Amino acid sequence: MTADANLFAQQKANRRRSAVLVTIFVLFFAWIGFGGDLAFYLYTLPVDDPDAPGRAEQAYRHVVPWFGIGATLLGLGMALIAWHRGPKQILWATGAWELINASKPEEKKLINVVEEMAIASGLPRPNIWIVPDKDPNAFATGTDEHHSHVAVTQGLLETLDRDELQGVVSHEMAHIQNHDVKLMTLLAALVGVMALISEGAWRVMRFGGYAGRRGGGGRSGGGGGRKGGAGALALIVLVVWLISVLIAPVVSRLLALAVSRKREFLADATGAQFTRNPGALASALRKIEDAAAPTRAIKRGTAHLCIADPLGRRVSHKQGFVADILATHPPMAVRVARLKRMAYQYERTGVLPEAL
Amino acid sequence: MLGTWIFLALVAIVIIWAISAYNTLISLKGQTLNAWKQIDVQLKRRHDLIPNLVEAVKGAMEFERETLEAVIQARNQAVNIQAGAMPTGGVKQLAEAEATLTAALSRFNLVVERYPELKATTNVGQLQEELTSTENRVAFARQLYNDMATTYNIKQQQFPWSLIAGLARAEQVELWEITEEKEREVPKVDLSFKPKQ
Repeated sequence: MTADANLFAQQKANRRRSAVLVTIFVLFFAWIGFGGDLAFYLYTLPVDDPDAPGRAEQAYRHVVPWFGIGATLLGLGMALIAWHRGPKQILWATGAWELINASKPEEKKLINVVEEMAIASGLPRPNIWIVPDKDPNAFATGTDEHHSHVAVTQGLLETLDRDELQGVVSHEMAHIQNHDVKLMTLLAALVGVMALISEGAWRVMRFGGYAGRRGGGGRSGGGGGRKGGAGALALIVLVVWLISVLIAPVVSRLLALAVSRKREFLADATGAQFTRNPGALASALRKIEDAAAPTRAIKRGTAHLCIADPLGRRVSHKQGFVADILATHPPMAVRVARLKRMAYQYERTGVLPEAL
Repeated sequence: MLGTWIFLALVAIVIIWAISAYNTLISLKGQTLNAWKQIDVQLKRRHDLIPNLVEAVKGAMEFERETLEAVIQARNQAVNIQAGAMPTGGVKQLAEAEATLTAALSRFNLVVERYPELKATTNVGQLQEELTSTENRVAFARQLYNDMATTYNIKQQQFPWSLIAGLARAEQVELWEITEEKEREVPKVDLSFKPKQ
């Protein structure tokens, strides 16, 4: 019991940390959406200056945040599409085929292992897919627990023994139980929207600048006549916002990666809770790492879903700031070390340790 | 006037709490029973598998009759006990019967290992994978049940919830505890069989 209480406490802490990251992500998205509106709102505020020519006739005031609403709708739309089509698309892109009736012993073994883990986690059995690739890797995708998929490569089935396979499957099932598949599906959609907005905004600005020069800058002249206060504030907000839009694709991707790394540790811990055998996952990770050729079938967009970085980037070896923020996964050595520590303590005390 | 309102508010809070506590206990009870059903299903699977396995190896292992009979007997006893076991009673006996069966099965597996041709020529290899998986399923179902049952047992005893426990007909449930001695018999068997080879 204490083992579970400890694990639950640790999972709660882990969850809180990624909740903070997700909140930052959403706030950043809101700023990208509504920051421009704020700048325009300040820019078009009425000025209490009776001498200013044409002030009274200034018809347009930017009160309704059209841009933000548009961005939100776009985000919702993309998320909805990702929700309905994303998982199938990912599986399709890897060339995976669904395992329904086992024809070979190792396929039967895989089905059995997945069903065992479904029992251990109390989740419904996910659909099982096999990716025809020699490199050992695995990923989970889906939306909710009733629509989830676990895919493993052919290479994984050939490389790992039963316990190790169980460890890997437990890790993937943990991703499903922790709602990671949902979270990552939605985050991927938001990252896409950010890129779209950023691209769109730059096009509009380039076009706008061109039109402005040709039109003799009539409107900007009016703005220039404004005195201090709101005008300067509007300018600052606008500049900050424009910079944000410029870096939005990078920032959003880095945030998504940070969330992904947090979820990997959590999934390792939850998986250990399912199997009560952290050592097997550790040795599976070792074998996967040793075989780390790029998993060709798995594309960049799916990397964060996999048990190990499929691009075979040796980034996962190095420790250091740049390597850390660019990786979808925490360094393999750290993951293995944490699992080994769990295994050691579990063996000695019969209690899975609290802190990872 | 204000006092009345405060009183009403307090009553409302207590009622809302009571309803939610009641629901919590009921849902925990449901989860515990579900976990128990899962054990039941997996045990049935295990019990159904054993006759097939014994049938498959019978011809080749004529002279290992003792081992086979021990498995069959342990299996039949477990089936009988399973029929009457519920979370509120009989878990211990069932756990013991299943542990006996586990011990008999591991002895059986060791014997099968001495007949490599069995695995090559028949579907024994397949059946053994099924057996391994079934053992794991039983173990994981047991693990889930124990976690659920512990949460349920503790919740209904803790102070504010204990007031509602009677109303929700919450009862203490038995955990599926592994009888240590029986599980530890297995390695001993391993040693005793080796000299015979």
